[in-house]
Amino acid sequence: MRSFSYRRASDPDMAVRALSAAAAANNPLTKATAQPLAGGTTLIDLMKLDVMRPAAVVDINPLAHAWSAIEPDGEALRLGALAKMSDVAAHAEIRRSYPVIADSLRLAASAQLRNMATLGGNVMQRTRCSYFRDVSYENCNKRNPGSGCAAMDGVNRMHAVLGTSDQCIATYPGDFAQALIALDAVVEITGKAGTRSMPFAQLHKAPGSTPEIETTLQPGELISAFSIQGRWPRSVYLKARDRQSYEFALSSAAVALDVQDGTIRDARVALGGVATVPWRAREAEALLKGEKFDEALAQRVAHAAFADARGRRHNSFKIGLGRRVVARALQQAVTMEI
Amino acid sequence: MTAAAPEPKANMGRPVPRYDATAKVTGRATYASDMPLDNPAYAFLVTSAIAKGRIDRFDLDDARGVRGVIDIITHENAPKLKEAKLFSNGGYAGTTIQPLKSAEIAHDGQIIAVVIAESYEAAREAASRVKVSYTATAPSASFESAGTTTAAAKGQNAQFKEDPVVGDFAKAFEAAEVKLTASYDTPTQHHNPMELFTTSCAWMGDNLVVYEGSQYVYGLKNGVAEQLGIDADKVRVVNPYVGGGFGSRGSMTPRTAIIAGIAKRLNRPIKLVPTRDQGFTIATYRAETRHEIKLGASRDGKLVALRHEGAEISSRPDAYCVGGTKTTTRLYACPNIESLVSIVRADRNTPGFMRSPPEVPYLFALESAMDELAVKLNMDPVELRRINDTTTEPIGGKPYTSRSLMACFDEAAKAFGWSQRSPQARSMSDGDWLLGYGCAATCYPTQMAPSAARVRLQRDGRTRVEVAGHEIGTGAYTVIAQTAAERLGVPLEKVAVFLGDSDLPPAPVAGGSNSTASTCSVVMMVCDQIRQRLFKAVMPSDSIADKAKETVGISPAPSTRAAKGDRPLDIEKAFDALGVGVVEEYGEWKPEGAPLDSFRALHAGQPRFVGGHQMKDKIAYAFGAEFVEVRVNRFTHEIRCPRLVGAFAAGRIINPRTARSQLMGGLIWGMSSALLEATEVDERNARYVNDNLADYLVPVNADVPGVEVIMLSEQDDHINPVGAKGLGELANVGTNAAICNAIYHATGQRIRSLPVRLENIEV
Ligand SMILES: Cc1cc2nc3c(=O)[nH]c(=O)nc-3n(C[C@H](O)[C@H](O)[C@H](O)COP(=O)(O)OP(=O)(O)OC[C@H]3O[C@@H](n4cnc5c(N)ncnc54)[C@H](O)[C@@H]3O)c2cc1C
Ligand code: SF4
Repeated sequence: MRSFSYRRASDPDMAVRALSAAAAANNPLTKATAQPLAGGTTLIDLMKLDVMRPAAVVDINPLAHAWSAIEPDGEALRLGALAKMSDVAAHAEIRRSYPVIADSLRLAASAQLRNMATLGGNVMQRTRCSYFRDVSYENCNKRNPGSGCAAMDGVNRMHAVLGTSDQCIATYPGDFAQALIALDAVVEITGKAGTRSMPFAQLHKAPGSTPEIETTLQPGELISAFSIQGRWPRSVYLKARDRQSYEFALSSAAVALDVQDGTIRDARVALGGVATVPWRAREAEALLKGEKFDEALAQRVAHAAFADARGRRHNSFKIGLGRRVVARALQQAVTMEI
Repeated sequence: MTAAAPEPKANMGRPVPRYDATAKVTGRATYASDMPLDNPAYAFLVTSAIAKGRIDRFDLDDARGVRGVIDIITHENAPKLKEAKLFSNGGYAGTTIQPLKSAEIAHDGQIIAVVIAESYEAAREAASRVKVSYTATAPSASFESAGTTTAAAKGQNAQFKEDPVVGDFAKAFEAAEVKLTASYDTPTQHHNPMELFTTSCAWMGDNLVVYEGSQYVYGLKNGVAEQLGIDADKVRVVNPYVGGGFGSRGSMTPRTAIIAGIAKRLNRPIKLVPTRDQGFTIATYRAETRHEIKLGASRDGKLVALRHEGAEISSRPDAYCVGGTKTTTRLYACPNIESLVSIVRADRNTPGFMRSPPEVPYLFALESAMDELAVKLNMDPVELRRINDTTTEPIGGKPYTSRSLMACFDEAAKAFGWSQRSPQARSMSDGDWLLGYGCAATCYPTQMAPSAARVRLQRDGRTRVEVAGHEIGTGAYTVIAQTAAERLGVPLEKVAVFLGDSDLPPAPVAGGSNSTASTCSVVMMVCDQIRQRLFKAVMPSDSIADKAKETVGISPAPSTRAAKGDRPLDIEKAFDALGVGVVEEYGEWKPEGAPLDSFRALHAGQPRFVGGHQMKDKIAYAFGAEFVEVRVNRFTHEIRCPRLVGAFAAGRIINPRTARSQLMGGLIWGMSSALLEATEVDERNARYVNDNLADYLVPVNADVPGVEVIMLSEQDDHINPVGAKGLGELANVGTNAAICNAIYHATGQRIRSLPVRLENIEV
């Protein structure tokens, strides 16, 4: 860990100024010399590992009074970026109207981490690729652009099968983002020019030839809130993992359905643990719309979701696993009592 | 009584709370790196990023520029140290690979530089700024790699004495009615004790104090002295508490002498706190193993032929070997047995002991094979064990001092509900989950080693017991205090115990589950010396004094062992008669059959173990039986283990509370070893990949909702004065096999490679 300066943000403006002042041209956000600090459960880890080396850290927790609301109003939901994972997971109305959100948070990390971690920090968490997190490995295109990828032919059991490139196969590790992308969430961003909004689906970028660029956020921009239209009581988050708790997904599915008189009116399927970014399986969803649910349909959807998947030596199992997880999550969503 | 403090049965002591419980839960227990030092400098290690090759050049400018850096030690300027000899060759070290000696690199994560600074933070930052250029050569990572060399263990490793054999295996196997041949393998695993591999060294003139979590303070003291080329009397190792050892702290690692040497040069105390990932390469680990088992049996289940061949990874220079066929060839009655263990050398750090070193991988193979045989025979696996149970071991024909294996099976089966099991594989389920029940035998050799102790009794009953044993979390303080209190007949609260300091009378390494038997035996003996003195003072007839040794308590509170008619001694009167305020005795004890050089070796930090199959005319083991329920999800193939039930018999249980805790921890670790723990080795570069506790998985509470420990009453008068069999390493032995056997029962799929993960299931 390297020495860094620490400042507490007094208000959003000050935070944005402090973060953009340090931003050098061409520096992707991940390499920006100033980084915002929320719960710190990703950032401080990566600084200790010498993976991230910001010269300045701007603590945005003082903005919590304005940025941590949990506001379901019956028609829509707004979540402040500094809301704690644990508070959102435990919120009665979230559990009732958005079980996929509550469960994606409840099944993530550990109680201690969820008490510290914020929603904004959560969606911005970085990959758990062991080669990325250990700077003694030279070859990591994400950390060292152009250096190669140690995981490609290395120990890659945890790695992605969807959205990969020949430069990087690192998995996006979070859970909550799948719920957001499934529910067509909008992310609110506060920057120099005030606030702007965009679909959450546009926040993350697949690695392509620039794995060091992970999001469309620019240095000096902060996530201030997420919002979702409508209620999604028929929704589930299913997570398969090595341990019963406190472990990232090997494969997960966020499924939300609108079923009326046995016909699926709307369907959302997002995949976790298997892709380089929060992954929406749109072609798969399309198969569901207007249909009546049965096991054969679930299988077709599951296959469609992984049609483009590409496994490597240790992670090919994720394709079969992912299909079964999707099929099971659909089944659970259809049969759940609401 | 509660689950944590089980009601004592016959031949069990009281489940008194831990001696150190309050200190530990209040954070007042001082571990090695908590010890205050006077103006220390801080060390941070730099470790190699290649597994084989050499260092061409260091670029230290950037690192030296960090404010507070005092010095950076590399092979170019490191203090010269003498060679470290391997413990198995009469030395103290766990490896002969000595870092900072030359530019050569022998394994991943080898120490290549030590940054010394005014603060931990400065040392750490500077370490991250050290730049190294290497010339790397292609290393051999493991079994599959090119460039490894393989040879029989016998002859390479002085401690590996035999490949047990009896009868004519080949002929008997050929003729057997039912045959099984199967291969098994176990992964690389790391101990990952909570306490990191820290070392603090402080010199006072020519005298060195080392604060380091160690399972062997006398070994470390002598080993460090040897490497520094100084008299062992000048070195003191102190660690009143050890934050878990599991074998990782049993032998000396290179770091200690390095830090001591730098502290001497700097003339300032130095504190080293390495990181978790460095712990994967600067200490030992359990290397991966491979096994082939051949079993031949008659139709009615009697074993007629057994062969166990094992192969283990070790480092290039050191022939470390666990070699567990000594146990697997003696567990069941069988007239024709053959075995062979080989060592495969790769470019790895030297492996070492890890909780129940040989039994864990070797019994996994045998107990899985026994289950496979039961399936072939269409027989209940418990009955197969019963048919092959024996009171004498088959290799030398020696009798077991006691053996409660089948009693354990019966008790555990009952508690578990084994009779509810439908024998057919894949025949039980519950909603989304396939259910499997499995079982396996567990065992561990009963071992003892010479030990010394000093006991001091004051006339008010206050007692001080000193022995350089180790509190590695097992309950050593507690059982020693109980032993002294009981033997002297003084209240437990009056007994103070001092451990973990090489200035105290020597005790053996806390390994091989010998500690309780060894240290409590010597404490009993020394307490008896005190009783003798007191009795002689008031009743100077020899016959009475002899009797005192056996039967009489010395305080007004009658000892549990007091025989009818014996009068308790009036302690005040005895002290008055002696004319002293304090009675102090020192004594050295050695187990029956210990070699002649036992006491010399005791002080030189070299344990002389007696026990297991190496006893004269007898063989001593503790036994147990483990039953598990496994659930395999039909959809995700996730494997969970909601119930672990173990029944164990280990001679006298001095404290059922601390014993249960050991056995429970063992069952949990066994489950972890079967389903979670594996260090991933990158074959291309022989480096450990998941060297942290986020990626090296150990169970969380949600993974072990139901663990039940049953302790059977067992009396064994043929092992040691205490009558205790070690149990610290008993419970984690059988679990691997029990879980794989249950997975077979749940799914019909036999998995022979650990750990079992969801991708291995093909439901
Ligand atoms: C052992 C372990 C296990 C875990 N298991 C899981 C799991 O199973 N599932 C899961 O989903 N997660 C898991 N996590 C990840 C955890 O959920 C994230 O670390 C956490 O959510 C990050 O939130 P934070 O507030 O602590 O973020 P921080 O660490 O403070 O920030 C993370 C990143 O986001 C940036 N940032 C923070 N807030 C904002 C903002 N408002 N706008 C823009 N940028 C911002 C920071 O600069 C930083 O780069 C695990 C973490 C650990 C350590
Ligand atoms: S997968 Fe991506 S993050 Fe991992 S080593 Fe390759 S480039 Fe780096």
